[in-house]
Amino acid sequence: MTNRTYSEINQRIEKGDVVVLTAEEVKVLAEKDGVETVAKEVDVVTTGTFGPMCSSGAFLNFGHPSPPIKMGKVWLNNVPAYAGVAAVDAYIGATEHSEIEDEYGGAHVIEDLVSGKKVDLKARARGTDCYPRRQVDATIDIDSINEAFLFNPRNAYQNYAAATNSTAKTIFTYMGMLLPNLSNVNYSTSGELSPLLCDPKMRTIGLGTKIFLGGTQGFVAWNGTQFHTTRPTNDHDIPMAPAATLALIGDLKQMCPEYLKAAVYERYGISLFVGVGVPIPILDEEIAKAVCIRDSQIETHLQDYGAEGRPSLGVYNYEQLKSGRIEVDGKEITTGSMSSMYKAREISNKLKDWVAKGMFKLTEPVQGLPSNTSLQGLKPKEGTQ
Amino acid sequence: MKAKFILNFKPDMVDKPLTYLLIKEYDIKINILRGIITPGKEGRLLIEMIADDDAIEKGLEFLRNENVEVIPLQKKISLREDECVHCGACISVCPSGALEMNRENWMLVFTPEQCVACGLCKSACPLRLFKLDFAE
Repeated sequence: MTNRTYSEINQRIEKGDVVVLTAEEVKVLAEKDGVETVAKEVDVVTTGTFGPMCSSGAFLNFGHPSPPIKMGKVWLNNVPAYAGVAAVDAYIGATEHSEIEDEYGGAHVIEDLVSGKKVDLKARARGTDCYPRRQVDATIDIDSINEAFLFNPRNAYQNYAAATNSTAKTIFTYMGMLLPNLSNVNYSTSGELSPLLCDPKMRTIGLGTKIFLGGTQGFVAWNGTQFHTTRPTNDHDIPMAPAATLALIGDLKQMCPEYLKAAVYERYGISLFVGVGVPIPILDEEIAKAVCIRDSQIETHLQDYGAEGRPSLGVYNYEQLKSGRIEVDGKEITTGSMSSMYKAREISNKLKDWVAKGMFKLTEPVQGLPSNTSLQGLKPKEGTQ
Repeated sequence: MKAKFILNFKPDMVDKPLTYLLIKEYDIKINILRGIITPGKEGRLLIEMIADDDAIEKGLEFLRNENVEVIPLQKKISLREDECVHCGACISVCPSGALEMNRENWMLVFTPEQCVACGLCKSACPLRLFKLDFAE
């Protein structure tokens, strides 16, 4: 049974009497008064996540010097950007490393740009009749360039495996430092606040969904890469392995460094913390039930990153993982997170505030995300390693 | 009381039994947490002292008189807390309980008194916010 439509919710946002709660607050209401009350009384629930999302980057258009140039190779603060698109466009990927500095990369360039800092641009070209210039060196900033938009191929992972290491040596991974002999566990999610865990069937999230991205509004552009919808689920419809993802887009010029933060993972590389929040309209009781999911109902595998094939050492829920300690093989192990709950909560509150103040209306997806997808591996040529 | 100190001593002090004297003469329980001692070079020790305030004060005075530089550990470790995003990547590597998550507000809690200067947080922090001078 439908409780409300997008247009009814938007009318209430306009009138200023919309009922909006964060995904943490709605669970408290559900425990007190039941999911039926949530479905009846709540219009919108806001989610949030702030984790390192390697698959991030930005398209930039630098404008033409005179005479013009078809940039073939581009560097921003000595970090290579991809210039194999039209003349003065480039894509700066978050994980790209500086050619001269160890702990600086594409994510830092993006953070520097949104912080208003000057960035050195170096471009080299072969020169053509229409674009005769072969090189240009310039200083740019976020205001001096034409367009700058974040376009992240894979963000907001719906669940992720927790990581540990059984070997005798510390290993350095994108899940942080994993100490020897099962001495620590790292996980990465905001759990019950996470967008795709609060709407696991993605009934309200699709192409064109307006979201919080990097401190401003952005949009779901596409399904994210490695979009996997056929992972085994638990009794609460939660996939127990990395599943759906979102490709996100938004205006970098409006974003702020509080919600886009460069990260360095020792002996792994560079990544970018991205602040994402998705508003979920409570269209019916099924959606109301989904947003009331608790950490204790969201489960994931603990994988041994030290062993080949990363075998599972067991299934844990996020109430256990977030408690700071879990037991593995009879041994108590300290847990830590890669993703910030503090910032996730801040984002869900900020988005709630925007909706409540009439600054942010909800959009019905133009098209749903794909279903029945899985992943293919990559088969190396025969005879190669 | 319990307190941690970094002791820097000159090359000619390296073979003097400082910890033995602190224990025997000043009745201070000494826990050696880290040490870099190379004959002919400057030495450095990270120790925890357990005794009443008065005994620790006298022990420190003895060390200073022996020309040992005594630095409270807290002065050598720091976290730029205002820049922290509270992700928690430093917590699971911390062996001493100096770094913990407040599960009410989800903010990192740093207790320098618990620190053993292992330096793992420095490597684990993705924002590079820890400073630790022990080995430098």
